[in-house]
Amino acid sequence: MFKKIIFGAAALAMLSGVQVTALKAQETLYVPSLSYRTGPFAGGGIPIANGFADYMTMLNERDGGIGGLKVVVEECETGYNAQKGVECYEATKGKGALVYNPYSTGITLQLIPKAPVDKIPVLSMGYGLSATAVGETFPWTFNYPATYWSQMSSILKFIDSQDGGIKGKKIGYIYLVSGYGKEPIPLLNQLAESMGFSVVEFPVAGKDMQNQASQWLNVRKEKPDWMIMWGWGAMNSTAVKEAAKIRFPLDKFIGNWWAGANADLDAVGMAGKGYRSANMAAAGTDFPALQDVIKLVVDAGKSKIDDKEKVGDVLYNRGLFNAVVVAEAIRKAQEISGKAAITGSDMRDGLEQLDLSAARLEEIGLAGFTAPIKGSCLDHAGGGSIFLQQWDGENWVKTSDLIAPDTALVRPLLEAAAAKYIADKPEWQVKPCS
Amino acid sequence: MELLYNIFIAPFVEMGATPDFLLQVLWEGFVAGTLYALIALGFVLIFKASGVFNFAQGIMVVFSALTLVGFYAAGLPAYVSLFLALVVMAVLAWSVERFVMRPLVNQPELILFMATIGLSYFLIGLGEFIFGGEPKSMITEELGLPTGSTTIDIFGGFVILQHLDIAAAIIAAILVICLALFFSKTRIGRALRAVADDHQAALSVGISLNQIWAIVWFAAGIVALATGIMWGARSDVSFALQIVALKALPVLILGGFTSVPGAIIGGLIIGFGEKLFEVYWGGLLGGGVEAWFAYVIALIFLMFRPQGLFGEKIIERV
Amino acid sequence: MFYREAGQFKSTYKADQAIFPILQDRMAIAFYLAVAFIAVPIFGSDFFITSIMIPFLVFSLAAIGLNILVGYTGQISLGTGAFMGVGAYSCYKLATIFPDINIIILIIASGFFAAAVGVLFGLPSLRIKGFYLVVTTLAAQFFLEWAFIRIPWLYNYNDSGAIEVPQRETFGIIVTGASATPSVRYLIVLAIVVAMTWVASNIIHGRIGRAWMMIRDMDIAAELMGVRPLYAKLSAFAVSSFYCGVAGAMMVFFWLGAAEVESFDVNHSFLILFMVVIGGLGSLIGSFMGAAFIWVLPVILRAVPNFIGIDVNAATVEHLNFMIIGALIIFFLIVEPHGLARLWALAKQKLRVWPFPY
Repeated sequence: MFKKIIFGAAALAMLSGVQVTALKAQETLYVPSLSYRTGPFAGGGIPIANGFADYMTMLNERDGGIGGLKVVVEECETGYNAQKGVECYEATKGKGALVYNPYSTGITLQLIPKAPVDKIPVLSMGYGLSATAVGETFPWTFNYPATYWSQMSSILKFIDSQDGGIKGKKIGYIYLVSGYGKEPIPLLNQLAESMGFSVVEFPVAGKDMQNQASQWLNVRKEKPDWMIMWGWGAMNSTAVKEAAKIRFPLDKFIGNWWAGANADLDAVGMAGKGYRSANMAAAGTDFPALQDVIKLVVDAGKSKIDDKEKVGDVLYNRGLFNAVVVAEAIRKAQEISGKAAITGSDMRDGLEQLDLSAARLEEIGLAGFTAPIKGSCLDHAGGGSIFLQQWDGENWVKTSDLIAPDTALVRPLLEAAAAKYIADKPEWQVKPCS
Repeated sequence: MELLYNIFIAPFVEMGATPDFLLQVLWEGFVAGTLYALIALGFVLIFKASGVFNFAQGIMVVFSALTLVGFYAAGLPAYVSLFLALVVMAVLAWSVERFVMRPLVNQPELILFMATIGLSYFLIGLGEFIFGGEPKSMITEELGLPTGSTTIDIFGGFVILQHLDIAAAIIAAILVICLALFFSKTRIGRALRAVADDHQAALSVGISLNQIWAIVWFAAGIVALATGIMWGARSDVSFALQIVALKALPVLILGGFTSVPGAIIGGLIIGFGEKLFEVYWGGLLGGGVEAWFAYVIALIFLMFRPQGLFGEKIIERV
Repeated sequence: MFYREAGQFKSTYKADQAIFPILQDRMAIAFYLAVAFIAVPIFGSDFFITSIMIPFLVFSLAAIGLNILVGYTGQISLGTGAFMGVGAYSCYKLATIFPDINIIILIIASGFFAAAVGVLFGLPSLRIKGFYLVVTTLAAQFFLEWAFIRIPWLYNYNDSGAIEVPQRETFGIIVTGASATPSVRYLIVLAIVVAMTWVASNIIHGRIGRAWMMIRDMDIAAELMGVRPLYAKLSAFAVSSFYCGVAGAMMVFFWLGAAEVESFDVNHSFLILFMVVIGGLGSLIGSFMGAAFIWVLPVILRAVPNFIGIDVNAATVEHLNFMIIGALIIFFLIVEPHGLARLWALAKQKLRVWPFPY
């Protein structure tokens, strides 16, 4: 029995190897999408995967792909689980993958050391390791359009701009206990010193995402002036409900860009009015590109989305934004290498020299969709500007201008973190820029 | 010295200084306790009648709530959806009895336990397959559950009582009373207790094991639905909710695996203990102690009274 | 007929007590080992080696560890994931504190830390058993998970709280880290697993193993006959956790490359318990079969729709996967509660008497 399973698996593996060569022969742009449509975080994973796939399908339908080649998006289900994520990576990397979008900080951490070995870049858009913004240390990893750290700096800057500034205030930080939630803590502590505020942490264990009564009792005890949340999945709606319950002023409660989806606040409804969250790409469908997506993909029944209303949701647009960055990087890579069928290495160059200017955004039908991004050899996180949106009881409304992070403050910290990352890895290859 | 002060003096000083806050903590502990008790109740019912430790109770909570919300989303009125959800739970109970329990009769308890884990995998897949993975909001208002809150000014501060939480406590109490009456006053209830005492003796006096098991699983399904509505209204209905079920294990240890009142008292002890410890002592350990605190209480308890508060003293020791 | 031991005579007690007394069995084992050591690294694709064989071997070792506890000593545990975590974190600490010591030695050494923690959490087993013990091991699981997050020293104050495998060389070959080739990692894992299975087999067939089994079958009788429950139970916890710890260390160092707490969560405890029960309680070969079944089957199920050319949603496949696994577990428990190992034994028996019914 055991032998049969092994042989069966071996036969399958070999046959899938045959398929790989067949795929390569057709010359496509192969982009695996590590999606998670199952598991406890599926509520976030589904719209992201839809937005990503729909934009690529739209490009195929409207322009016949990029540079004349069709984009093939293959989804591999990770369930937000790092082990399955690695399995997906191993299963798809041999098929000529151009770039990986792991969509989980846990999976990103696993892929960072693999990227330079397999020569496939990793684009962790708005998640992952903040230090990867340092291009010299992490030539194969990209963190467009901003890192968690620069986002945190932008949020603090926003708080500072509100009545009375941030000096002497008490900031509560409620977070999911995982690599993701712990990521910005070092920055928060450093900035607390330099900007003169104090920090109280409220960790929420993954098991207790929907059981946060104690954390919010502690919030009531500590009486912070502002609350910042790094939450995900069911944690967000529960947190907003609990905050409303203890009468915490919701307009002083700011979530990061993963704590501000439509699905999160739909469950809260009017009770969540006033809650703010950061975002990097506008919600809504008032963009020519999104209209094309609706017309050519969603109405044509080529999307996996079940409800047309969900096009333009915060996370749908985030997935779409991710696809835009990948598509633009492919274009750039084709331009640099002078060939249509690019490789992972070309893609790396394309990502590094990505220039998503305001003019270019308008050209692709997304004027004002997001802040311009310009990468460079040194900076793998681009501009890093974000804006804040506020929940009006039914919808997200953009309520602030673009807030740029305090780069002068964050960059040295990022560099220090990058240096720390490679400190115990003597074999790590850095790529000096000058 | 300072550590001792922080452990033994400071929390009590704090409690005395802000009694309104202490009341709020106790109230939250009470609410959490009732909800834990509800989950534990589902376990106890099945364990009592069949000696099966039903790991699938957690996913049954999610599944029943999803069915309810799913029927409502399909355009049916709220109460019709509620009824249909009950029908689905009855069908599920019957199928579990027919296809899982009956073929496995007389197997060691570990095997039955594993079978319920298999069942929960199956239900996770089925639930996501039918309803999709997105979180849904519970139809709280449509079911006639209150949503507002009352603020009581007391001790120079205030205590906020959510109407929903009060409703949860009342519903839990009604459920427990109904179950208690059902067990002691009805024919089926007595048969059920007979089965719990001795399978073979019950069989020999003409009680149908299969029927009893189906009824018990259905009762556990009703409890699951009630739990699902309450937890779902507090946050939302998603698959992350099933993890909450693990919280019921220490409750069971405390209350005993076979005692309905034990489940209630155990739930309340864990609820109160957990909230008080997290709020007043958790900071010393860096917070987040809630995840294991209940288990530690249960462990300490095991050392002194392994059969639980109300459990039958049949535990084997070595 | 196909599997006949007629004509194989034993002339010493030693030969009669051998683990594989029959020639055909010894030949089969030699054949499997040859395939595993030679054919797989040569013919296997990277995906096959890294995503099927290495996890399969790692989980097999963990399943052997849990089987020692559940199958041989009769103590149910749901703390396996956390014990694997203890191995992984201690190996990470050792590897960063002593960068010059051979990583394979450190991996084995980390098993001792897991064993110590296992003994500590095994203490309640002296008083309780059954589901009560399940709860105490779950307490271990949750407490250790919390500790892995809350004690930053364990992950060297890493910003993201993850442990990342440093690159290490053995005899000039890179064995850990992203640059290590799949074949090298596979061969090391295979060698460790084969060696440790051999050791486990010897422990189980020896004095200690027999004491465990006596405790499992009837603890009071065992005590009357001079088996000390304290030593028997705690030694089972120690050996079991040692195996789990080594498996956890190998999981991170040779398979994942980096790990967060979620790699050691309670789901892994369930997964490994599945492997043990499906494979067969109290059977070493069953541990391998269970691991293959639980780990390899979903991988195959995922590949099937793609393979036969149907375009099915990745999520749908995953949902069906869950349903199929759940249904199969129940099916197996109903049809053969003694696991795949028993089926294997039955098959051998059938081959032996064929063409006669018995």
